This record gives sequence, structure tokens and C-alpha cells, in this order.
Amino acid sequence: MSAHVVRASLTARIDATMNILDPQGPIAAAEKTILIDSIAIMLAIVIPTIIAIFAFAFWFRQSNTKAEYLPDWAYSGRVEMVVWSIPALTVILLGGVAWIGSHDLDPAKPVPGTGIPIRIQVVSLDWKWLFIYPDQRIATVNTLTVPAGAPLRFELTSGSVMNAFFIPQLGSLIYTMNGMTTHLELRADEEGTYKGISGHFSGDGFPDMMFDTHVVSQVAFSDWVTSTAKSDQVLNADTYKKLAEQSIEKTPMTFRLDDPELFGKITSQQIPPAPGPKLTTNEARPETGVNNVR
Amino acid sequence: MFGKLTLSAIPFDQPIPLISGGVVVLLIVAVLAWVVIKGHLPYLWNEWITSVDHKRIGVMYIFLAMLMLLRGFADALMMRGQQAVALHSDGYLPPEHYNQVFSAHGTIMIFFVAMPFVIGLMNLVVPLQLGVRDVAFPTLNSVGFWLTATGALLVNISLVVGEFARTGWLPYPPLSELNYSPGVGVDYYLWALQISGVGTLVAGVNLTTTVLKLRTKGMTLLRMPIFCWTTLASNLLIVAAFPILTATLAMLILDRYLGFHFFTNDGGGNVMMFMNLIWAWGHPEVYILVLPAFGVYSEVVPTFSGKPLFGYRSMVLATMAICVISFMVWLHHFFTMGAGPEVNAIFGIASMIIAVPTGVKIYNWLFTMYGGRVRFTSPMLWSLGFMVTFIIGGLTGVLVAVPPADFLLHNSLFLVAHFHNVIIGGVLFGAFAGYTYWFPKAFGFRLHEGWGKAAFWFWLVGFYVAFMPLYAAGFLGMTRRMQHYDVPEWRPWLLVAGVGAILILIGIVCQVTQLVVSIAQREKLRDRTGDPWDGRSLEWATASPPPVFNFAVMPDVTGEDAYWLIKAHAKQQGLEAKAPDYRDVEMPKNSPTGFVSAFFATIMGFALIWHIWWMVILGLVGAFATFVAFAWRDHDEYVIPAAEVERIDRTNIEERRGLVTIAGGA
Repeated sequence: MSAHVVRASLTARIDATMNILDPQGPIAAAEKTILIDSIAIMLAIVIPTIIAIFAFAFWFRQSNTKAEYLPDWAYSGRVEMVVWSIPALTVILLGGVAWIGSHDLDPAKPVPGTGIPIRIQVVSLDWKWLFIYPDQRIATVNTLTVPAGAPLRFELTSGSVMNAFFIPQLGSLIYTMNGMTTHLELRADEEGTYKGISGHFSGDGFPDMMFDTHVVSQVAFSDWVTSTAKSDQVLNADTYKKLAEQSIEKTPMTFRLDDPELFGKITSQQIPPAPGPKLTTNEARPETGVNNVR
Repeated sequence: MFGKLTLSAIPFDQPIPLISGGVVVLLIVAVLAWVVIKGHLPYLWNEWITSVDHKRIGVMYIFLAMLMLLRGFADALMMRGQQAVALHSDGYLPPEHYNQVFSAHGTIMIFFVAMPFVIGLMNLVVPLQLGVRDVAFPTLNSVGFWLTATGALLVNISLVVGEFARTGWLPYPPLSELNYSPGVGVDYYLWALQISGVGTLVAGVNLTTTVLKLRTKGMTLLRMPIFCWTTLASNLLIVAAFPILTATLAMLILDRYLGFHFFTNDGGGNVMMFMNLIWAWGHPEVYILVLPAFGVYSEVVPTFSGKPLFGYRSMVLATMAICVISFMVWLHHFFTMGAGPEVNAIFGIASMIIAVPTGVKIYNWLFTMYGGRVRFTSPMLWSLGFMVTFIIGGLTGVLVAVPPADFLLHNSLFLVAHFHNVIIGGVLFGAFAGYTYWFPKAFGFRLHEGWGKAAFWFWLVGFYVAFMPLYAAGFLGMTRRMQHYDVPEWRPWLLVAGVGAILILIGIVCQVTQLVVSIAQREKLRDRTGDPWDGRSLEWATASPPPVFNFAVMPDVTGEDAYWLIKAHAKQQGLEAKAPDYRDVEMPKNSPTGFVSAFFATIMGFALIWHIWWMVILGLVGAFATFVAFAWRDHDEYVIPAAEVERIDRTNIEERRGLVTIAGGA
């Protein structure tokens, strides 16, 4: 299949980054803030507690004759009050953070942005990512190109086993499951290339389910769509079935989308889930079902 | 004739499992040969294999756990080695092998290391602390142990015959369904866990009944040592949660064997149901493991601080609160599945609430040290190491309970670092503390302190070096279970983690050395008093090792820290003001039921994995016949005459008198 690959200049491998402490969109930035704030809130009680452990253990060591010995001291209402209050207050504070954060950063909640939202339908396959742009009538494998600043509206499913879609610097990992659709709204603010990753183990080819996310200007995005639409590869139910077979694709692919309803057919299982390992290789070693794709 | 089993099931083409499997088989044969030739077989059979003595069964549980720790740790070293070299390359483990390694590592460490370790400690200690002669169902106890051993055996057979699951320690469908995992690996996982799960469930029923129904005179619930409370909480959780595991795995078995559609992609199956069910068991499971460890710390810290536990009633309340709340938080394992913000927030907050009683426990141990005279023995070092390490693990745990933070960290190495932080720093350190603390009780001599401390420091430092870098790799976006990767930024952290694993290896070598040295120097380390640490609870009131009947005369408990009170009383009045009233003691007879039924269960499990149906029937009929033979036996107890009881007890009292004299001077 790779012989027919159209390799856009954009998809040439450059050093893609994936540090979640260096967010490139509003969702990832907000999640990072919550992450850091939560750590800070907890450190405020964790550090003194750790110091107290060392201090008490050291001061009340057996050889320290200056330390008071209270062989029967086992209860103090005041201390009890304090030790229940400290974690309780911390949890009340963090619980507020969790409640507000869960609502603000609900993955399905629309994100504002400039320009029309870009709809992207994501299908996790064994072992590659298929991205369908139904409005642009194009599709790609293992490469994602999006315009900076525009709301990105992801609908996600799986063509076979469970998986998880994650671009660390844009935020919010989300599961993909066959026969179901999950929703994710993101936005990328800075142009650049960010690594995407599979966040859920899905079998032997799982580590190769990496993809580059190219965030380009809105103009460059239009150009890219135009050039991709000229692809000589066509994606429809038949080519999808071929694509859904187990394989590792090291080189990204691009398609002209023949059937804009393809995603619906996958989630409604009009196109049945992918078959999994081929039986021919299993007959060779029926007891292990080895399907070494390398 | 042999179902799916053919000679090609043995991986002649894969040197690593073949050689390691071969070495293990040789070792087993060598040990068996030594046992037979030296004539130890009758001893082994009469005193251990058929024993229904809770102390012996406890020791065997712990022995199993330690053996499996070596296996699970070997897997860990292989993973760290693979990830250290697999940048832009395939490393030395192909994916189908690497995926088995991490699946086996998780399965073994949870089900066959952590579980048997804590169940072993509870078995060994709880009846002694309650002041009773045995558990509620002694033969059932033996059955439980041997079924657990069956599960461990099946997992290890998969190393050389066929393959193990390649689906992770929890086999999420549809990957674990027949379509996507046609091999026998998942079947090995399923039957090993179904059989050992029965063992765990009967252990849970047994220990719950023991704590609730068998306590010596005056041992009210609120006078029980905290270890007994955490045992109660943990076993209530086992009784409530393990049936969920059994049912969930049974559904997956029906999918795989009979074409059902519980969790398949097609036919109306629903993978989300599996995730809910498995975590409805899985989250209580982590508290099943960690509560007994909390119990150990609650015994060790007061003993080595020389004062009672601070806030006993708080501790009981906290324990039972954790027991209840742990059933209400399972959804935090999949915030990223697309549930709405209300659901995520409620489960996130519920998860944080568990941190409240847990935090209280930490402060109670802290204030137990306040005003104490802290002795830094190795059990106390493990406890202090735990307190510091567990707080950090708690922090990262509460962090991933905040749904938006979890959206960034889910399934990353940050998560891997978090659960190792709480399971190593919480459960394993507790198991090691308990092992060192109660070893003299079980065998009558202490473990070598020097090697014990060396083991502690290597484990502690090794843990930090191995897992702190994984937190960092998680921040760099690295997900778990990667057989290879092409992100150079991850590599330095993985190399450092590899160094940490080597430090832990040295710690384990120290522990093995400690055991060997201690056995060699056992006369020097002998404890004749039964109370080597100046203990506070009743297990120290009897000889080490305790006689088969534990207590010659059932102790009379008048308050918390029962043995401490007896000692204080004895100092004032002199030990043994009046001669005890010795009576005949009835004890349960040894029974091979557990071993024989587990033998047949092994045959049945193996046959089910390989679809050898005649053998399944053989195993099933054999196990049932064993049960019938046991149920119909006439004589299940024997009598130890009062004179014999008195003779054994006198010896111990003489030894102990010296101790009271010494302690009285202090």
C-alpha cells in the first residue's frame, strides 16, 4: 500500500514535541493550570507533614534523653480535631477545583475560536489512525493537519479494539470504542508540529500508533485541503476494509473521501468491526496466535 | 486427544522463555530430588502440605508470595531493559513477548505477590492477636491456599507451554476477545484467576468469620488490635468484591468459549460494561491490599515507639470509612471514556474523600511517635519509609482524581509511577515490615538486622530512582506499555529508571542473603521469650514459634494492648500468681483435602485452557470426589492431653519470667 502513498511536503518528519507542561491550546493550558494548582495545594500540607515525620522520628529517638517520654499518651481531642480537619479542608478545596474543572473542561464542550469549526472524524484502527475530514471530503492516515485558532470538533470511534486519542500539547485524552462515538473539542493556537499518540494499549502494533499533528495557518490549511483533494487514493467502504486489516504504517497516507457517510457506517457497524489477526498465520501456530507484523 | 495442545506450544524458537523456563524446571526437580533423597518428604507432607494450622498456612502463603516476587521482578527487569534500549529500535523483546511480560508482571505482582503476602500475614497473626487457637474453618483455609498456588502455577506454566495473555493485567475487551486474541494467553489468565479467585474468596470468608465470631474472653471489637480491624475491613471487601471479579471473568470466558456477546464488538456486546465491572472489583482490590498493610504499620509504630497507638478510635473509624467509600469510586479509572462532567466530578470528589481517612491515619502514626522512644529497627524503618513515600503517592493519586488533570495523565507513565508509588511504598513496604516483625514469632529467631537495613535502604533509594523518572516521562507524554518508541526526550528518564531497578535488585539480593544468614545464625538470633520486640498485643504472649494450640490457657483481655496490660500487671504481682488451669485441647486434624483438590483443579484449569475436554471432566470429578470424601469423614479432631499442654507451657513461662524481670528493671 505504501507504494501509492502521496507524501505531502507538510508531512515530512520534523521534530514533533509532546510536553504536557508546554501546552499549545486553551484546553491543554487550562488542564495544565489545574494540574499545577492541585499539586501546589497538596504540597502545602504534604511538605510540612513529611518534615514532621522526620522531626518526630529524630527527636523522639530512643537515645535522646532530653525528649519527653509519654508512655500512656494516646488521645487528644484537639489533635484529633486538627488531623481530621487538615485533609478534609484540602479535599473540600480540591473538590471545588474538580467540580468546576470537570464542567469547564468537559471534552465535549465546544471551544470558541476564529473561523468555522473543523469537523474531524477519528477512527482508530489496528494499528494506525484514520482522520476523516467530511466537510473537506478528504482523509488521512497517521497525519493530522489543522488550522491554528479554529475550533476543532472531533468525533471519535474505533474500527476494532478500544483505543485512546491523545495529542499531549493540545489536551484531553479520550477513548475510542467500536460502535460508539465519543466527542472532543480542542483548539490549537500556535503553528507547529505536535506529536499525537495512542493512549491505550491495543495490541502488538500499539507503539507505532504515533502521528504528527501539523498546526498551520488558515490559508495554508486551505491550500493543503486543495492539494490533498487531488490525491489519487480514494477512501470508500472497500478501501476502508483493506485499511482496517492489521498493519503498521510508517508513512502517512492521504485520501480523497469518496463516501462522506463512511464514519456513520463504521459507528453503526454497517461496516463490521475489523477482523483482527489473520487466520492463516494462526494456523501456523494455533496455540499462540502469533501475528508478527514486522 | 490433547485439544489445542501440540509440541509447537513449547517455544523452541524463543531462547528467553525457554532457557528461563528450563532453569526453573531444573531447580524444581533438584529441590524435589533433594527432598526425596534426604527423606524430608514425610515431614513436608505431614507438617506443611496437609497442615491446617493457620500459622503454617500463613507461612506458606508468604513463601509463595516471595517466590512469585522473584518471578514478577524478573519481568520488571526485562521491561526496564527493553525500554532502556528500544529508542528507534526494536530492543531485544519482540512485541508479542514484551506484551506478555508486562501482562504477567502486573498479574503476578497483584494476584500472586501482594495478595498472598497480606493474606499470609493475616493468617499467621490474626488468630494469635485475637487470642484463639485457630481460624474459623481450618481445612477451608488450606483449600484456599492451595487454590491460590494453583493459579500461580498455571501462570508460570504459560511461560513454557503456550503463551500468557498479551492484553495487560486487566484484559480489556474487545482486545481480549477471541477475534483479537485467538491464542491461549487470555485463557491462561482467565482460568488462573478464576481458580485462585475461589481461593481468595474462601480466605476472605474464613478470616471475616474468624474476626467476627472467634475472639478470646474480653476481646471486644473495640479492644482488637488495629491489624484485626484492617483484616476485618479487607476481608469484608474480599467477600463483597471478589464475586464481581469471578462473574466478570466468567462472562469473558462465556464470550471466548461459547460465543456469547457480553463484551464483543458485535452482537450487542458492550466493552464499557467490562470496564465498570472490572473496576467495581479493581478499586476495592487496592484497598484489600493496602488496609492490611496499614494494620501492620499500626502494630509496628506503637511497638517501636514504646507507647500505644494514637487515636485508636479514629483509626477504626478511618479504616471502616475507607472500606465503605472504596466501593464508590471505581469510575475514576475511566474519566476519559466520555462520561458527562457531573459523573466525572462526583466520582473524582468521592475518590478524594478517601484521602481524608487515609491522611488521618498518617497523622495518627505521626502522633504515635510523639512522646515515644523510637527504636530504628528494620520494621520501623520500613514504616517510616512508607509514611514518607505513601504521602507522595497519595498526592499524585489525588491529582489524577481531578478529572481535568487526569485528562492529561491518564494511562501515562505518571499513572504507572503513581500506582507503583502506593503499592510498593504502601503494600510492599508493609508486607516487608510485617515479615521482619513477625518472623521471630513464626520461627523462634529474629532476622539479621544488618542485612535487613541494607535491604531497606536499597529498596527505598531504588524505588525513588526507578519511579520518580517515570513521573517525569509521564509529563513528557509517554504512555504505558510501549515496546519501542522514537522520542529521544524520554530516554534519559528510562535509563535512570533502569538504574533504580538495579538498586531494587540489590535490595532483593540483600533480602535473600538476610534469610540465608539468619537461618545459618539462628542460634545467635534465637528468641526464647516469645516477645523479642517488647510487643503490646497477644501474639507476643505465647512462645515463638507458638505451640500448635497457640495458647495453653485462653487469655483474658481487659483492655486495648492486651499483652502490654498483662505485662504491666505481671510486673506488679509477679508472673503466674496462681497456677493456670490446664485442660485438654482439641485441635483439627491435618487434611490433604486442600492439596488434592488443588491438584485436580490444576488439571482441570490446564485442560480448560487447551480444550482437552476429557481431562476437564477428570479434574472436575476428582476435585468433587475429594470434597465428598472430606465431607463424609468421621473424625476431624484430635486431643492434646492437659499434661502435655502444661509441659509445653511451663517451658515458655520459665523463659518469659526472665524477660519480665529485665523489663521490670527498666
